Amino acid sequence: MELLVLVIVVVMLCSAVAVLLLKDFLAAMAAFSVVSLGLSVLFVILRAPDVAMTEAAIGAGLSSLLFALALRRLGLWRIKGQT
Amino acid sequence: MRRLSSALFLLGLGLLIAAIFQTMEFGSVTPIAGQAINAVAAEQVGAANFVTSVVLAYRGFDTLLELTILFTAATAGGLVLGKPGTGAPRDPDSGFILRAGADLFFPLLLVVGLYIILHGHLTPGGGFQGGVILASAFFIPILARPGTTMDHRWVSMIEGLAGAGFILIGLLAMLGGKEFLTPLLDKGELGALLSAGSLPLLYIAVGLKVGAELAGLLARLSETEAID
Amino acid sequence: MDTGLILYTAAFGLILIGSAGIVLSTHLVRTIFGIALLEAGANLLLLLATYRDGSSAPIIVDGRVPAAMADPVPQALVLTAIVIGVGILALALSLALRVQRAYGTLDLREVRQRLEQDIADDAGIDLPSSSDAPQALLTRKGSQA
Repeated sequence: MELLVLVIVVVMLCSAVAVLLLKDFLAAMAAFSVVSLGLSVLFVILRAPDVAMTEAAIGAGLSSLLFALALRRLGLWRIKGQT
Repeated sequence: MRRLSSALFLLGLGLLIAAIFQTMEFGSVTPIAGQAINAVAAEQVGAANFVTSVVLAYRGFDTLLELTILFTAATAGGLVLGKPGTGAPRDPDSGFILRAGADLFFPLLLVVGLYIILHGHLTPGGGFQGGVILASAFFIPILARPGTTMDHRWVSMIEGLAGAGFILIGLLAMLGGKEFLTPLLDKGELGALLSAGSLPLLYIAVGLKVGAELAGLLARLSETEAID
Repeated sequence: MDTGLILYTAAFGLILIGSAGIVLSTHLVRTIFGIALLEAGANLLLLLATYRDGSSAPIIVDGRVPAAMADPVPQALVLTAIVIGVGILALALSLALRVQRAYGTLDLREVRQRLEQDIADDAGIDLPSSSDAPQALLTRKGSQA
């Protein structure tokens, strides 16, 4: 159990640092959804299934969608082959 | 100079948080209010999910204020974005896989979202989670075919009616002489679908409001023209 | 090392990384990422504060009442906090879109410089100079964060 928590926490913290250091904003958004998923697994381990479901639906789902839409409208992410 | 002061600030913040963590213990806390609620929630409210009884019955007013904050944020976001200009270039339609997948996902997500909302007092779930799933169910067809617009009048009407329904159910309790948002109707049997009085109705109102709000916000964000 | 120490380090680390993102970034979207990370760390800390070893989730399944149940009050608070967080995120991204439309750039140093220039122009006075002025930062061309 300790090993599982240790692995999840290490992955989460490394992804959090990667959010701030990656130059490509789309990759930073993907790293942020990894942080959200790790956080929702930690919430299950802490005996809070309601909170885990909310974090998984909102953090990994809606938050990433919001970031992706905003990045597209800001012009920080273009689809290849399209002007 | 600015970097140095920022680094000093972060160092100070780290030391402050570490000092707070020294005094906090882990795994042996005895929560006073939580234990009291756990002991009486099953008979008083009748919901099998105690978090639901806390969210809607014991701290129902906080949920109302949280709905207000979400409404303010979504309305302000829509206000800031403004109306899209006509004739702006749109993204092309997606490929066949995404379009077919979106058409198949819509009824599936609708059923899953409604299931999670309706069983919020029995299993982990409830209005907020189910509302988010409903919002994505209504937004995925727009992702697949970016030309389709969402009718914002229907969305605002559903959101307004759901919010008014929540407040009305709370006010109905005051007619009987009790306080605002006291659970009404009889408690039923613990673990059955029709139990816990008016709590499922409150969660349906919350789910519809959150779903409509987030779907409208996503549609607004998708409709603004890109900046080049 | 026990589970408690690892989890407290996780909450501590997320709060610190989020604050570092807000304070040290030069791009507006990275500041917004920092805000989201800070909220995630704060929610984890709130839930850690009342954890009891050997407790189970506060739900009655099939009529079996567990002996020790976790505290439902901070779970309800964190539930609403997460939803409020996504509302704030949506508003912040809309405001970033407006800043991009008004100033043409999202680099915070340039935006600050143009804002001060606009304010000085409207007031009809010259730009006040100091040793910490944005002019000095721009000509130095430091590394991007």
